[in-house]
Amino acid sequence: MRVKRFIPLAGFALLALLLFKGLSIDPTALPAARLGQPFPDFSQPELLTEEVIGASALQPRPALVNVWATWCYSCRVEHPYLLALAAQGVPIYGLNYKDESEKARQWLSELGDPYRLNITDRDGTVGLDLGVYGAPETYVLGPDGVILHRHVGVLDEAVFERDIRRFFAAPGRVAQASAQEGGE
Amino acid sequence: MIPEIGHLALIIAFVFAMGLAVIPMWGAVRGNSAALNLAPTLAMGVLLFVGIAFAMLAVSFLKDDFSVAVVAANSNSLLPAIFKFSALWGNHEGSLLLWVLILSGWMAAVSWFSHGLPSVMVARVLSVMGMIAVGFLAFSLLTSNPFERLLPNIPLDGNDLNPLLQDPGLIIHPPLLYMGYVGLSVPFAFAIAALLGGRLDASWARWSRPWTNVAWGFLSLGIMLGSWWAYYELGWGGWWFWDPVENASFMPWLMGTALVHSLAVTEKRGVFRAWTVLLAIFAFSLSLLGTFLVRSGVLTSVHAFASDPERGLFILIFLALVIGGSLLLYALRAPTVASRINYTAVSRESLLMVNNLVFTVSTIIVLLGTLFPLVMDAFSLGKYSVGPPYFNAVFVPLMALVMPFMAVGPLSRWREDSAARWLHELLVPGAVVVVFALALPLLFGARFNVWIALAVLLSGWVAIGVLKDLWRRLGVGSGYGLRWQTLTPSFLGMATAHLGFASVVMGAVVVTQLNEERDLLMKVGDVEFLGGYRFELTALSRQAGPNYMADQAVFEITQGDKAIATLVPEKRRYFASGQMMTEAAIDGSVWRDLYIALGEPVEEGAWAVRLQFKPMVRWLWLGGALIGLGALLTVADRRYRRQSTSQSAAIAEATGLAG
Repeated sequence: MRVKRFIPLAGFALLALLLFKGLSIDPTALPAARLGQPFPDFSQPELLTEEVIGASALQPRPALVNVWATWCYSCRVEHPYLLALAAQGVPIYGLNYKDESEKARQWLSELGDPYRLNITDRDGTVGLDLGVYGAPETYVLGPDGVILHRHVGVLDEAVFERDIRRFFAAPGRVAQASAQEGGE
Repeated sequence: MIPEIGHLALIIAFVFAMGLAVIPMWGAVRGNSAALNLAPTLAMGVLLFVGIAFAMLAVSFLKDDFSVAVVAANSNSLLPAIFKFSALWGNHEGSLLLWVLILSGWMAAVSWFSHGLPSVMVARVLSVMGMIAVGFLAFSLLTSNPFERLLPNIPLDGNDLNPLLQDPGLIIHPPLLYMGYVGLSVPFAFAIAALLGGRLDASWARWSRPWTNVAWGFLSLGIMLGSWWAYYELGWGGWWFWDPVENASFMPWLMGTALVHSLAVTEKRGVFRAWTVLLAIFAFSLSLLGTFLVRSGVLTSVHAFASDPERGLFILIFLALVIGGSLLLYALRAPTVASRINYTAVSRESLLMVNNLVFTVSTIIVLLGTLFPLVMDAFSLGKYSVGPPYFNAVFVPLMALVMPFMAVGPLSRWREDSAARWLHELLVPGAVVVVFALALPLLFGARFNVWIALAVLLSGWVAIGVLKDLWRRLGVGSGYGLRWQTLTPSFLGMATAHLGFASVVMGAVVVTQLNEERDLLMKVGDVEFLGGYRFELTALSRQAGPNYMADQAVFEITQGDKAIATLVPEKRRYFASGQMMTEAAIDGSVWRDLYIALGEPVEEGAWAVRLQFKPMVRWLWLGGALIGLGALLTVADRRYRRQSTSQSAAIAEATGLAG
């Protein structure tokens, strides 16, 4: 009878341990295995041409790979900034994640298309290989096709300037950016 | 100078809180009445000095003192004064100060309204609350000092308040929500005090019941306002997202719902005592857990505060002390003797037990969904996010399950009742509801919608239960006239809240089922039809606001020949941050909302526009408001004002502090 009274306490102890463990984890961090690895190969149709493409199609680099979907409202928030980035000449590839292609095409024709090409990932298999956590997400692909950085959530000017610009800037700017980062 | 006064006041408040946590508790153990009776004074001291600190921070915001770090980060000289003030709680440090201010407000209220209670009880309750205040004041002073200065490099201007938060909704939503969150510390403190004193009886339940109802009522109103704010401010017409931060406020509400009902049983019948104590502990624990989840950065969310593992560790240790300590106390002190009071399976007790089960299970479901990503992450099983499909799939059936019982509950009798009597009371009204459920959905659309039929059936059933109870109390048809005096605030509050619940269900189901939306590219002169309304874009212009520039579109909405409304949605660019904001325009009414949000300028003179037709969406917030107001109404009941017991009078006389 008495022992039963300790069940809530035991349950809470487990929860507290979990929360303690949780403190040391960054929920937005990419699983460490993916960083520094090449972009996982895939074989999926392109959204507009419906031609089957693979990882080698993601040229030129460095580039951004942006995970998006029409059901994702934050993607709508992010979209104008992607258009602006594309206009600045930053190559962006889309990963149309767990979406209906028809809606996705309509979205691009209505809101504008910042993407050089779009990987159609209806079942989310590419997303699974990549470790996608949700949309929107943006990955930085290095010149050699290796994933250099991951950003979870809306990409805006502040995030780009702080975390991503350095991957695209001229060598002089890169040095400056990493010096700034060291100073923080 | 002003920030330093605030900082000093916060330190003095901390000293008072320490005194409150220790002295009356020591007095209760040693039977020292002088120490006991210090509790209200110490509580007032905490309130006074936290109030001063809060006022000093408010002055810093209003006077644009950008040498204060929080002000520089969250305000701007161009910001309208009212938003400068509300910016105070639009950030981690300031909102924490608001948390403590409201906690000390609740402490003062307890000491003010508890003259009839035994002073030992009051002392213990205030002392427990004092311990919570110590924790939060220490948290504020050690890890999140709101008065930190940016010296010597004082910024010329502030970063501005996040435009999403520059809205009247933000002025009242957090304070209301915190009133609820923090208010749950009162039943918690009563439960702990009762465990310490070994007095878990009907009078304990009667004392903590009004506090619980008020706190839960504020929590309901706070959540309702949050949903309403998200609806019109986030710009895409959603009203609930199952976001971790929303869940953080929803879990204490669910547990509070169970507590409110369980207290009723404990007060009236003296049963479920250990269970009620446990619910009181859980409800406040979930408030604290919510605070942890929002401020520690363990979960990602759209509106989590800037996170910091050091702060997370601090709250976690505090959480472990408060929750672990109280559950240990529960394990050691909760009554283990089975209650001798009997009730049968067909009785009001059993119905309220169904309520308790459903709401406790719902809380666990939401908790599991909220923590699941963290669990998987902690065991390196991958990154997951749990979305609305999970919550809807589990939560909606649970709510549907509880509703059939809601109608019977108010009509049922304590201890022993009979199913035949319920059938007799509810057969005819039940048949009427079934007819309505079959007929009404046809009015909404050409196709019969099963979900709407179910919603009408269940909500109608709940409403019928309330009306039948009203009918019976008034004694309609008894030949003795109407017995208005039977309509006590307790009853009216319950009836209002139950009707509110039915209204929420109707609104949620209808808007989910019949919502129409269209994303379009529109130019001046373009016309679109939606939900039987004609939307014409008649003009585009650019207007300057106090701290932003806005693109405006003017829509004329007509239905047949009748002009319905002129809506002017905006797209704003805020100067200080450069952030873009969608300011949706809404024409609201009881039966439908017309909702227009501007997307982006796509080409010369053409905008991406989202038009939405949202039937009965307002029933959600109307229902939420009714639930909250109903809960607040119950406090007016006379029986809560006749609290003095002979025992408390005796103690008061003995200590020379009568009244």
